[in-house]
Amino acid sequence: MSAREAKAAAAQRGRFSPWAVVVLVVAVALPVVPFVAGVSHFVLSIFMQATTYAIAVLGMVVVLGYTGQINLAQAAFFGFGAYGLALGTAAYGLPFWISLAIGVGTAAVAGGILGLTTIRLGGHYLAMITISFQQIFDLVAVNWIEVTHGPDGIPGIPRPSVFGYALTDDRAYLLLCTLVMYLLIAAVWWLPHTRLGRAMRGVRENELAAEVVGVHTLRVKVTAFVLSAALGGIGGALYAGGFAYISPDNFNFNRAIEFLSMALLGGAQSPFGGALGTTLLILLPEWLKEMPRALQFIKDVYLAIYGLAVILIMVFMPEGIWGLLKNAWARARKAPPAPQVLRVKPLDLDIRITESTPMLRLEGLQKHFGGLRAVDGVDIEVRRGTVHALIGPNGSGKTTTLNVVNGIYKPTAGKILIDGDDVTPKSPHERAAHGAGRTFQNIRLFPTMTALENVIVGAQRDNNPIEPGHQALRNRALSALQFVGLADKAETAVRNLPYGHQRLVEIARALAGHPKLLLLDEPAAGLNQTEKMELVELLKRLREGHGLTIFLIDHDMGLVEKVSDRITVLNFGKKIAEGTPEEVLRHPDVIAAYLGEPGHATA
Amino acid sequence: MEALANNLQVLFQGLALGSIYALVSLGFVLIIRATNVVNFAQGDFAMLGAYIMVACLTGAGAPYWLAFVLALLAMAAFGLLFNFGVYYPLRHRSFLPVLISTLGASIFMQNTVLAIFGAQPRAMEKVLNFDGLHVGGVFLDSQYLVILAVTMVMVAFQYFFFEHTLVGKKLQATSQDKDMARLLGIPVALMIAITFLYSATLGGLAGVLVGPILFVSIGMGSIIALKAFAATIIGGFGDVKGAIVGGLFIGVVESFAAYYISVPYKDAYAFLMLFLVLIFRPQGFFGEKVSEKA
Repeated sequence: MSAREAKAAAAQRGRFSPWAVVVLVVAVALPVVPFVAGVSHFVLSIFMQATTYAIAVLGMVVVLGYTGQINLAQAAFFGFGAYGLALGTAAYGLPFWISLAIGVGTAAVAGGILGLTTIRLGGHYLAMITISFQQIFDLVAVNWIEVTHGPDGIPGIPRPSVFGYALTDDRAYLLLCTLVMYLLIAAVWWLPHTRLGRAMRGVRENELAAEVVGVHTLRVKVTAFVLSAALGGIGGALYAGGFAYISPDNFNFNRAIEFLSMALLGGAQSPFGGALGTTLLILLPEWLKEMPRALQFIKDVYLAIYGLAVILIMVFMPEGIWGLLKNAWARARKAPPAPQVLRVKPLDLDIRITESTPMLRLEGLQKHFGGLRAVDGVDIEVRRGTVHALIGPNGSGKTTTLNVVNGIYKPTAGKILIDGDDVTPKSPHERAAHGAGRTFQNIRLFPTMTALENVIVGAQRDNNPIEPGHQALRNRALSALQFVGLADKAETAVRNLPYGHQRLVEIARALAGHPKLLLLDEPAAGLNQTEKMELVELLKRLREGHGLTIFLIDHDMGLVEKVSDRITVLNFGKKIAEGTPEEVLRHPDVIAAYLGEPGHATA
Repeated sequence: MEALANNLQVLFQGLALGSIYALVSLGFVLIIRATNVVNFAQGDFAMLGAYIMVACLTGAGAPYWLAFVLALLAMAAFGLLFNFGVYYPLRHRSFLPVLISTLGASIFMQNTVLAIFGAQPRAMEKVLNFDGLHVGGVFLDSQYLVILAVTMVMVAFQYFFFEHTLVGKKLQATSQDKDMARLLGIPVALMIAITFLYSATLGGLAGVLVGPILFVSIGMGSIIALKAFAATIIGGFGDVKGAIVGGLFIGVVESFAAYYISVPYKDAYAFLMLFLVLIFRPQGFFGEKVSEKA
């Protein structure tokens, strides 16, 4: 965001909201208070714990809140940072900052390796892999005594000097931790507004869609894990410095669960939520100690309460306390103004046609699922700048063909050439970078993101021929929304849009990537008559003079006939007819395939 | 000759431990098939079952067989409670909230039991009151024999139940296609509740069987669950046959590795196997490769 735009945005929000001022004052006051008022050593250590834990919980915000990947090994990353610092300084006599860098670096590398396991495994596997990793860390910390000093732990961890000033005073060290925490909160808060942050949220909301529109989902997940682990490492190292002593039970599975609970309670989707959750869960046990004797049992069962709280949070406030506050705040405030649509540039969709080779060529394409031959040796050529429809009865292999074309499935045999290049071994995001855009039969958007954000994710694909910078991405996305007639809905979360509009947003997302080849999977499915007519108009505008090639599937023969230059008909995974709409729709085999007329064997 | 006997001894222990993993893994698989979610409290079903049995035996002084039956009945009831408290409110959400919710349940169960029974592990008597048999140079512990026998009976029962009873067929239909099952008039919510009931009972059974061998402790469930889950993946995610073979496989590998390599890291071998399988055969022994449908 440019400085001018940021200023304008701030002005739109009503300059200074009173809340922001309160938060700012509290934030500044917190680390200063101990210097002014007398604060006991115990209270300082509680605060030290809160700040260092909060930094680790920020890691949970990045990986779980933003990217939607479960990480139950945050305590291990916290441990890498702590052990790196402790061993570096206390055992090998290295300087503080170098030891810290080693600890954080080790955590980041471990995080990257763990993230790499998401190549094949998401969801449950990831939960289990991270738990296993956490358990192994614990086993090694306890048993590899020569290095980790085992259960006795490592005492005598020193603190650093900053600008020649040794931070031996708890208050000074706490100030350092707090400043680092503020810095990291700001960075994590900023992250969703970046290319990487949007890609992360895309992965969380719909990983397949993100991949298809050009997000290198694996890289994004690995990056999320690396960042998360590094944040855990920083928190752990500062923790070790603060308490001067560490032992394995600071970094076991229970601690990982605490980090998870903190993130969930406060709200995993915001760094402020993470910090809030951490503060609450650290202060809670201390408050419980002050309670009347009758309630003292609570402190013995506080972990059980954590567990119960996790279930209740999942059921009643999935976005945590911060989410509740934010939603209440959003309701109290007026709706954000729609962006100025007057100055939106028309969408540039032009593709220069210089060659006569087909834009898409399928050679002997086969895709088998076990014994089922969903696609069984299909050859199709889609000419540049034409609309080519693929039709056939249910189960004839149309969607499978489309999924093989954009790389969701690897073909059993055969080749796919896009714009003359063999893309057969390439992943969906590489094909998107090659200029293949796509929509889905069952709409796949990023539901909690705004229409504009959805479309920006489409615009930020690799090799998109637009200027660099956020402003260009935003303009491109606004133009694409304007093209489908939804620029005034840019700031609306897409889950709040009606079905027909969601379809259009999906098309806009594909168009924002300036595709050479647009794949539309049943674009008319679920639309009413008016919406269908609007879709036909849209498709006609797309084919007029832009040089864009469209390959589409639909069951609505009226629509297919109106917009297509050529039609290919599949039945039982084989091509049974091809030609102009007039030729194909009167072809006896096609009629037989649809109506099941006897006497026309199609196999 | 002695080496052979030693190896057979290790193999026997591995198979018995593996049977426990297989029982818990079966519970995993049934819930995965019914709800598409891994229940991270599956191991704690075993822990809870074992503690209930301990409470019946030492607290209430019940006879062994009665304590056994009561523990299983309690676990069946708990399975229903679990279904309605932990899964049902979240049934329309994506897998992540459900997974986290079961994780919360696991923490809740462990710490509640901890608050009631304390951290000291409890000993439990064996099912049979003789130590075991000597066959050749191999000592066959009676509890291990019981575990093997019960596992075989349960596998046979499950096969019969799912393939030859109406409820079993309905359960299968539910796990394969919930929407279609609903259209056919199968009460899907009830079927899922039954699945939780059965899985909790299976878990409880594993717990009361393994109690005499491992000691009854708060953490026993987590360790068993991790290995059972490894078994689930190694066998092929969501595959019943795979759960059993995977469980036995983990048990045997672990026993041999502990015998020949190192005991302190005993609990790490399952994960090592898991990593290897995930790298070289990610669909597991029996699983088919699946990708998400567009």
